[in-house]
Amino acid sequence: MHPGVRIGRWSWVWRPWVALVTVLLAAATFLVFCVSISVGDFTIGLDAVLRTLAGQGERVDEFVIMDLRMPRALVGLIAGIALGVSGALTQSIARNPLASPDVLGITSGASATAVFIVTASGGAAIGSAVGLPAAALAGGLLTGFVVYFLAWKKGIDGFRLILIGVAVNAAMQALTTWLLAVADIRDVARAQAWLVGSLQSRTWTEVWTALWLTAGLVLAVLVVAFHLRPMHFGDDVAAGLGVRHGAVRSFLLLCAVLLAGVAVSAAGPVPFVALVGPQIAMRLQRSPVPPLIASGLFGALLLIGSDLVARVVLPNDLPVGIVTAVIGGPFLVYLLVRANLKRPA
Amino acid sequence: MEQRGPDASPHRRRLTGLVCLLALLAAATVLSLVIGTRALSPAEVWQGLFGDPGGDQQLVEVALIVQTLRVPRTVLAVFAGLALGVAGAVIQGHTRNPIADTGLLGVNAGASFAVVLAVSLLGLRNPLEYLWFAFVGAAVAGVVVFGLSSLGRGAGNPLTLVLAGQGVTIFLTALTGAVALGDKQALDVLRFFNAGSVQGVGWDVIFLAGGFIVVGLGVAAANLPAINLLNLGDDVARGLGVNMARGRTMGVLAVTLLAGAATAACGPIAFLGLMVAHIARWLTGPDYRFLVPYAGLLGALVLLVGDIAGRLVVRPAELQAGIVISLIGAPFFAALVWLGKFRQA
Repeated sequence: MHPGVRIGRWSWVWRPWVALVTVLLAAATFLVFCVSISVGDFTIGLDAVLRTLAGQGERVDEFVIMDLRMPRALVGLIAGIALGVSGALTQSIARNPLASPDVLGITSGASATAVFIVTASGGAAIGSAVGLPAAALAGGLLTGFVVYFLAWKKGIDGFRLILIGVAVNAAMQALTTWLLAVADIRDVARAQAWLVGSLQSRTWTEVWTALWLTAGLVLAVLVVAFHLRPMHFGDDVAAGLGVRHGAVRSFLLLCAVLLAGVAVSAAGPVPFVALVGPQIAMRLQRSPVPPLIASGLFGALLLIGSDLVARVVLPNDLPVGIVTAVIGGPFLVYLLVRANLKRPA
Repeated sequence: MEQRGPDASPHRRRLTGLVCLLALLAAATVLSLVIGTRALSPAEVWQGLFGDPGGDQQLVEVALIVQTLRVPRTVLAVFAGLALGVAGAVIQGHTRNPIADTGLLGVNAGASFAVVLAVSLLGLRNPLEYLWFAFVGAAVAGVVVFGLSSLGRGAGNPLTLVLAGQGVTIFLTALTGAVALGDKQALDVLRFFNAGSVQGVGWDVIFLAGGFIVVGLGVAAANLPAINLLNLGDDVARGLGVNMARGRTMGVLAVTLLAGAATAACGPIAFLGLMVAHIARWLTGPDYRFLVPYAGLLGALVLLVGDIAGRLVVRPAELQAGIVISLIGAPFFAALVWLGKFRQA
């Protein structure tokens, strides 16, 4: 049996395997993070990277790492965590492994506003560290609220939430398509680069904004998530165990929308990270539901790792979104096939 | 089948409805010839179609507008609408799934991906050439999504089908974006193709697509009695002597021909088939011998009216028909969700 652990008001079950997987995932993420910093136009040794991170590196290394490579890797790390946690939440709430923020319309809402800003400003917004992310965040949030509002009918139900998300998703994509069709072709190219999801040329401003928002949201989620587990048994059981399931669900869904919005505004609509991260983390941890912390870690690992692959393996500086799509597509097929074969008649 | 007694009256009512729809379609056709950036009177349209302009500059211009712009787009809208409407109804009949729609199932993304590949890798510029690619892309994506979601015992679950379609769409869209990123010309073709327009398509393309659509309509018509029986469930249908393999194959063939040709000629148009199949079912009841023709005529009517509306709302610019239909279809879909028309299997 697993012993219980109690600190003040909080108590949980001590599961060595879960702890081990989490620690290993964190270590792997840190390792890929360091490799990602060390690889580039010229390679900096891992030992030099570690020394620089500890504040004792050489001048040149420090410039390359802190000013050029660090923001990109950090944005990848933060956006990956945000997407992973967001996906774990939406999958838990909709009780469907395929219900990621991409499907729920949040991403396409952010994309529509971002494309609007890019094409309306004649491409000027691409360089700005504030305008485009803020617009994308606002668009994602607004769409999230619209989906939530439309899906509300005496409470939120996962089935309705997904389908309303699909509808809103389609409307937002139609808007994006129209914006692209009427815009100047040079702006279309810039907007398209953003639309695939990319970590290229990030700055510290973007890092700090994304960091504070993500840290605050993940903390809030972890506190409230103590009530999430009973909800997997259904609303009645959760209510019987003293969980205000309606309020908890709404709050966590709001956090999921915000996290996805922050991630998309920082890294663009990188596909499938929010879908794949939680599902793999769940399998690694042998957990019956998407685990929050491990999902975030795996999301980060996936995003930074994919960015590394995109930079090292692929030609022409292709954006990270291509790699995550190529990983996510087959994984989706696997999930579908498995779910179908398992379902009883 | 001979109809007598109490059955005769609903049949007469349905036939009357069919005639009314035809009349509405004729009216919409006239409107489509009259309305545009330059409004023409019906008399002028008549002149432009059949009159001899002689040396009158004014009349030559009118004839040019009517014959090279208005007539082709009207013909294409009617054909494509007919095709998508019938395809939507047939696909819903075969899957017994009220959410089935050719646009939601990855068909559109498949067509876009194939077009961008043809333009970028093979250097095709002529729509008549990349039409074939769009056709094949649409068909392959549709069959893959259907195959995936109906593997094992998952067939008929609305949610699985939609999520499979969404996932495949996200995957293909990312790949399409990646190809288009490196090739501005492909991007330019893609953004107009994606908007789903019936305007500016040449007669060569219209004739080719029209040929496919006529064959597809024939196959669908021959398939109608089987759909009625298949709707009673596979076991009952088999018991009543339906050749299952033949029935299913004909259905898939019809949908592929119809949706493939329409998508190849106009670009992606989502929700049209789903929308009109629901309206048709509401008007005729579940008899597919009536439901399918109704859906076809409604499809033509809605696409034509959508195209006309697109010419009016943002004058002097135009909103492409595909975008108008998405913006109408998404709320329609959301309303169906809200009314509980889709149930979880």
